[in-house]
Amino acid sequence: MEKQWFTISVYAENNVGLLNRISGIFLKRHINIEGLNVSKSEIEHVSKFTIVVYTTEDWTRKIVGQIEKQIEVIKAFYHVDDEIIYQESALFKIASRLLFDERQIQNIIKESNSQIVTVSRDFFVLAKTGRRHEIDEMHDALEPYGIMQFVRSGRIAVTKAEMPITSILAEFQEQ
Amino acid sequence: METLKAQKESKKKEKAIKITGAEAIIHCLLAEGVDLIYGYPGGAIMPVYDELYKFQDKLTHVLTRHEQGATHAAQGYARVSGKVGVAMATSGPGATNLVTGLADAQIDSTPVVCITGQVPRHLLGSDAFQETDIVGISTPVTKWNYQVTKASEIPEIMAKAFYIAKSGRPGPVLVDITKNAQFEELDFVYEKCTGVRSYKPVPEPDLKSIEAAAELINNAKKPYIVFGQGVILGHAEEELKALVEKAGIPAAWTILGLSALDTDHPLNVGMVGMHGNYGPNVLTNECDVLIAIGMRFDDRVTGNLDTYAKQAKVIHFEIDPAEINKNVKVDVAVLGNAKQTLDLLLPLVQPNEHKEWKAEFDKKYQIEYDEVIQKDINPTKQGLTMGEVVEQINVASQHKAVIVTDVGQHQMITCRYVKFKQSKSNITSGGLGTMGFALPAAIGAKMGAQEREVVAIIGDGGYQMTIQELGVIFQHNLAVKIVVLNNDHLGMVRQWQELFFESRYASTVMTNPDFVKIAEGYHIKSRRVAERGELKDAIEEMMASKEPYFLEVKVEKEDNVFPMIPSGASVSDIRLK
Ligand SMILES: Cc1ncc(C[n+]2csc(CCOP(=O)(O)OP(=O)(O)O)c2C)c(N)n1
Repeated sequence: MEKQWFTISVYAENNVGLLNRISGIFLKRHINIEGLNVSKSEIEHVSKFTIVVYTTEDWTRKIVGQIEKQIEVIKAFYHVDDEIIYQESALFKIASRLLFDERQIQNIIKESNSQIVTVSRDFFVLAKTGRRHEIDEMHDALEPYGIMQFVRSGRIAVTKAEMPITSILAEFQEQ
Repeated sequence: METLKAQKESKKKEKAIKITGAEAIIHCLLAEGVDLIYGYPGGAIMPVYDELYKFQDKLTHVLTRHEQGATHAAQGYARVSGKVGVAMATSGPGATNLVTGLADAQIDSTPVVCITGQVPRHLLGSDAFQETDIVGISTPVTKWNYQVTKASEIPEIMAKAFYIAKSGRPGPVLVDITKNAQFEELDFVYEKCTGVRSYKPVPEPDLKSIEAAAELINNAKKPYIVFGQGVILGHAEEELKALVEKAGIPAAWTILGLSALDTDHPLNVGMVGMHGNYGPNVLTNECDVLIAIGMRFDDRVTGNLDTYAKQAKVIHFEIDPAEINKNVKVDVAVLGNAKQTLDLLLPLVQPNEHKEWKAEFDKKYQIEYDEVIQKDINPTKQGLTMGEVVEQINVASQHKAVIVTDVGQHQMITCRYVKFKQSKSNITSGGLGTMGFALPAAIGAKMGAQEREVVAIIGDGGYQMTIQELGVIFQHNLAVKIVVLNNDHLGMVRQWQELFFESRYASTVMTNPDFVKIAEGYHIKSRRVAERGELKDAIEEMMASKEPYFLEVKVEKEDNVFPMIPSGASVSDIRLK
C-alpha cells in the first residue's frame, strides 16, 4: 500500500496522561508524528488532538483503532488531505535592518501574504498561515537573508464533511 | 437538572463519613467485594498497610516475596475466579517490580487492579527517595492508569479502576496514590462506577453481521472454529458448545482458549499454533470458512500471515474493534460479547454434520499420534518425557485440576496433553510468555478456587525466577502441587539452538541446586523422581496430599517439542520432527 499524508483527529477527555498514551501507540509502530496540535474542540470539556502522519492507510486505520480504544478517547477519525481544510502557522524572526537594506524582503512579505506581528529596533516578526509548502517556500525565500528564529506549528484541520461526532455529543448531553 | 444534581450531591454529603485516604482505600476494596490482596509494603504505602492491619478480619493481605509475585498471584486469582485480582506495592522499586505482571495481564486481558504508593505530592518531580514515574512507566502496559494526589479523588478513581479492569475486554489498571492523599481526610461515600462516557466496553451486536456469519456457516463445506480466551472471559462456553454441536463444526483452541470446551469433546480437535496439533494447523489452510471466536490471531498462532487461511472466508467474533483486521483480513466481523453474539447466531445456524471434513482431522491426528504423541506419552526410550508426566497427572486428577504452567517446553507439552472438563482451568502466560509466572499464579489460583486441586507444572529455569514464593505456600499452607520438570536446561531456548543455531548451546545449560532440599527448607513435603517405575506412585502421592507438595521429575535433558512451525513459516509447513 502506498504511503500518503493522513490527518488524525482525536476527540478526548482532558487527561494529563493521555498524550503519553497516544504517542506511545505511534512509537510502538515506529511511525513519526509529523505534526501534533492539542486544543479545545467544538464540544465543551472535550479536547481535540490533530496528528499528521505519513504512512499507509492500513497502518493509519490500525493506529486509529488503538487510539480509540484508550479509555479517555471518545472518537478518532482519519482523513486524507482532499477531505479536509487544513493550515499550519509559522513565525519568522528577522533582523530589522534587513527591512531597509534588502528591498526584496518587502516583496517576499507582500507575495507571501504574511503579516508583520511586531517590529522593534533589532528585529521584526512575520506570521504566515497556510499550507506546508507555502510556508516552506517563504522560508526558502527568506533564508538567504538570514532568519534569526523560525518555528512552525502542527497542522490544524476541519473536515469538509460533517464529523460524525455530533451524535456522540448529543448522547453526552443526555447524560 | 441542576437542582437534581445538587440534591444528589447533598444526599451524598449526608451519607459521607470522614476518614483518611488510606482507610478510604480499604473501604473501596471492600465495596468492590475484594477480600484478598497480594502485596509488599514500603514507605510510601505504609498508611494503607496500617489500615490493612486494622481490617485484617475483613481483608486478607498475602505478603508475596517479590512484587512480581503479587501481580502474578493476582492474575492467577483472576483467571480462575473471573473476579478482579488486586496487588499492592510501594513506590519506586516496589512499583517497577509490578511492571512485568502488568504487561502480562495487559496482553492476556486479565482484570487486575494494582495500587501503588507514591511520594507526597509536594515532592513529585523532585527525584525524591523512591520516586519513580510509575504512571509514565506503566502507561503502555495498562488498560488505564491514574495518579491520585488528593484524598477526595480516591472513591471515584477506585470505582473507575475496578469498572475499567473488568468491563469489556478486561485488563490491568494501576492507581498510584501519593502519600499525602493517604494521610489526608475526605468525606467518604462510595458509588460503584457504571460507565465512563468516553469508553464503550462492549460494542452493540449488529444483526446484519450475525446474519452474514450464519449464511457463511450454513453454506460452508469445511467450516472450522478457532476459539480463544474471549469465550472464557465472555462466559460463552455453553454457547460455543451449542454452536459446535448444532453445526457440527470441528473446533480448535489457542492456549488461552484451552479448557473453554471439554478437551474430550468429539469435535474438539486440539490446539493451533507453533506447537499445536498437526491437523488444526494444516487444515487451517484447507477450511472454507474460518470462524475465529474471541481470539486475536497472534503470530504464534498464525505463523506467516501471507499464507494463513488465504482460501477461507474469515468470520471474526470479537469484543475489541481494534482487533478486527489487525493481523488477518476478515470477511465478516461480529463485534460484541461472545455470549451475546453466539446466542444471536445460534438460531440462524442450520443443524449439520461435517463428517468427512471432521474425518480429515482424525486422519491428521493419527499421523501426529504415530509420529509424535505416542512417543511423548507412552515412551519406550529410557529417559522420562514431559508428556508422560502430564499424562499421569491427567489420570490422577481425572481432568478436574486447575493446571498452571510457566513458559517453555513444559508449557507447550502440558497444553498439548492436558485434559480438562471445566472452564477456567488452564492458567498460563500466553501473550507475554513470562518465565516465573507459574509459581505465584498457582498461589492465586489456589486461593481463587480453594475447593479445586491446583497443579503448577514448571521448568527448572522459570521456577528459579520466582522460587521465593515458596515462602507464601509454606506460610499459608496452600495445598498447591508443584511439579518441576527438570531437564537441566533452558529447554525451549536450547531446542531453538539445536534446530536453528547448529546446537550452539549459549547459556542454556544450567547447574541446578538441590530442588528437593530447597522445598524442604520451606518445610514443603517433597520428592524427586528419576525413574519411570516411580512416576505413577509419586504423582498419586502428590495428588493425594492435603498439603503443599513439591515433586521434581528428572526428565530427558535434550528432548524437543514437536510438532513445530518454525518462526516465520506457514501453518502448512508444520514439522513433525
Ligand atoms: C522472563 C523471561 N526470560 C526469558 C525468556 C525466554 N525463554 C523462553 S522459554 C525459555 C526456557 C525456559 O526454560 P525452563 O524454565 O527450564 O523450561 P523448559 O523450556 O526447559 O521446559 C526462555 C529462557 C522468557 N520467556 N521469559
